[in-house]
Amino acid sequence: MTNTDIDYSRHLLGIEHLSREELYNYLDNATHFLEVSERDLKKVPALRGKTVVNLFLEPSTRTRTSFEIAGKRLSADTINMTASGSSVSKGETLLDTARTIAAMNPDVLVIRHRASGAAHFLASRLENTAVINAGDGMHEHPTQALLDLLTLRQHFKDRSGGIEGLRVAIVGDIRHSRVARSNIMAHLLLGNKVRLVGPSTLIPDLLVKENCFGEPLQVFYRLEEGIEGCDVIMLLRMQLERSAGGFIPSLEEYAREYCLTSKIVERYAGDAVVMHPGPINRGIEISGELADSPRSLIEKQVTSGVAVRMAVLFKLATASGEEKRE
Amino acid sequence: MRILIKNGLVIDPSRQMEEKLDLLIEAGVVKEVSASINVGPSSPDQVIDASGQWVVPGLIDLHVHLREPGQEWKETVASGAAAAVMGGFTAVCCMPNTDPVNDSAEVTEFILERADTAGLCRVYPIGAVTMGSKGERLAPLSELKKAGCVAFSDDGQPVYNPEIMRRALEWVRMFNAPISCHEEDKHLSRGGAMNESSLSERMGLIGMPKVAEDVMIARDIELARVTGGHVHICHISSARGVELVRRAKNDGINVTAEVTPHHLVLTEEAVEGYDTNAKMSPPLREEEERLALIEGLSDGTIDVVASDHAPHEAASKEVEFSEAAYGILGLQTSLPLLLDFVDSGTISRLRMIEVLSTAPAKVFNLKGGSLKEGKVADLTIIDPQVEWIFSPETVKSLSFNSPFIGRRMKGAARATIVDGRLVMLDGQLIRSA
Ligand SMILES: [Zn+2]
Repeated sequence: MTNTDIDYSRHLLGIEHLSREELYNYLDNATHFLEVSERDLKKVPALRGKTVVNLFLEPSTRTRTSFEIAGKRLSADTINMTASGSSVSKGETLLDTARTIAAMNPDVLVIRHRASGAAHFLASRLENTAVINAGDGMHEHPTQALLDLLTLRQHFKDRSGGIEGLRVAIVGDIRHSRVARSNIMAHLLLGNKVRLVGPSTLIPDLLVKENCFGEPLQVFYRLEEGIEGCDVIMLLRMQLERSAGGFIPSLEEYAREYCLTSKIVERYAGDAVVMHPGPINRGIEISGELADSPRSLIEKQVTSGVAVRMAVLFKLATASGEEKRE
Repeated sequence: MRILIKNGLVIDPSRQMEEKLDLLIEAGVVKEVSASINVGPSSPDQVIDASGQWVVPGLIDLHVHLREPGQEWKETVASGAAAAVMGGFTAVCCMPNTDPVNDSAEVTEFILERADTAGLCRVYPIGAVTMGSKGERLAPLSELKKAGCVAFSDDGQPVYNPEIMRRALEWVRMFNAPISCHEEDKHLSRGGAMNESSLSERMGLIGMPKVAEDVMIARDIELARVTGGHVHICHISSARGVELVRRAKNDGINVTAEVTPHHLVLTEEAVEGYDTNAKMSPPLREEEERLALIEGLSDGTIDVVASDHAPHEAASKEVEFSEAAYGILGLQTSLPLLLDFVDSGTISRLRMIEVLSTAPAKVFNLKGGSLKEGKVADLTIIDPQVEWIFSPETVKSLSFNSPFIGRRMKGAARATIVDGRLVMLDGQLIRSA
């Protein structure tokens, strides 16, 4: 069994396989669901009778909760499976899990896994289920990139060009970040200028040298130069164990060079908004006062998260339903 | 037993020969090679018409994993030997990373006994360099040699401690045996699942950089230089590695190198879609590395093609890419994959037979590799034209892990003769009575 015969349009495995139109389509639908979320009665019957399995094999309260709320608001039957729960035992292989899911035959499977390619693995083995990648290893986290774009789209709704033509700086541990990979591809798809900012050990040379995402990326090792004149500054979460892996001398050293503060933003990118996928490490990637300041979109990102996941669930669950009826 | 092979194109790199000749085998040796052999009144036991086919010294694979003892569900000596003769190989050298590791005469003798029972091809065990291949204490190299080991290796990993490597090279120099080196500094390739490249960056997989291989090649070349011991570089995969070997050879250092067919044929793009059947160590690399390997093979920098035949059961491949076992089958695909290079004019057929037979015999000091009269009758008849598909049904191994499954192949071994005895003819195995 190979993973090469996947019909990417049936699933959301990554931004890599999306066209511009598909991306805007998700954002349009998500905008609609954002309005639903502002109503008193937030629930719509769109996915009544549909089954969504949330399989989170790596701890992630935020993303899991976000998908759960999204499923509930669409009236889908939602089943949560976690590694710590009894539903997926420790000794079970991913192939066993695929067989279990296949037997349950849900309309949608939301999968979070520590291994890159895990969502591909399941997508190639589940005939009747649409797979949503909720983060696979260091590979992709497409709904995070979509929710970041939705947040920006709300913020820049009066700007001519909307979210196109932006200068975006992504700061931090690019090497290990699926959020960075999905966002890089999403912004390049929109024709935005993407800068990568961080220490040389965390920005792989190869990621830049060979235009691995098709378009050139600019690299800056100094924070101030990297953010200068940018419209968007996207901070990545620093995994606290990175110094043990030898990628940085210490968190303190990292923070001294790369912790973003209001003062730095004001000086070098006075109009920029600041984003972070959360949870934030205050004083390491971002100063507390900046995180709480008006230029921070961090809270709005959470709201966008539910709307984007509603849009993705809606599209894939209904498409998968049509297929089943055929 | 007398076998007469008529009308074949005899290709013998040991004397630069390519000629349409008859060949007579008698009492386990090549009795006569000439234009038209008349056997007189006593007819031979078997006459094979090899019109349109090649008669070549038996193919020899210096690098296979037969998994026995210890992992008999993946492969056994018998199943591996069956795959070997089906693929045209008359001899294979099996790596010591079994369970237990082949670091004692008992294990060596056990493997030889199994090979004898299988009664197909020659099986030459490779002994461990260090006890348990742990890199700490030297294995009993002389005892292993006496028991039948033809080379030494801790394949799967390098001998990390350079002092132990130095002493090992000094020791094996006494009886002129090579140390076959899996060159990988695993500090540099830690957690790696594929080649480190823009593709690994895009796929979010930890890469195994070429420098992890190159630094160890450089180190072992220097150790070969000071000790005079024979360093054989396993499954070389990088352009820089090839260049290091080229320079070492120019300097007169006792170093040889092998490359696998899959590194010559495929690039890292085969892993797209997270296909675990394209996961191996060293990993498939970029196109420019592949081209450098082909160049190295053509100009003689690389001596030998060896398959690194590494059977794994489905369960160890049908997992997350990062968790999947390294390695693929090789014995039944080496020959057709190499024939493609002859077809395309990349290498000559004489060179192809050299790298699959004459050179490996020379590098590991083995019998065979020549069809001169009086030499041992290990030979292969190749049909270079026959078209077939490498389907699961054709696999003689106990495992099926190959990215070439389903591939249309051109050319195959038609007959395999070991020690003057026909062991495979037209796809049928013939075990000794
Ligand atoms: Zn090896």
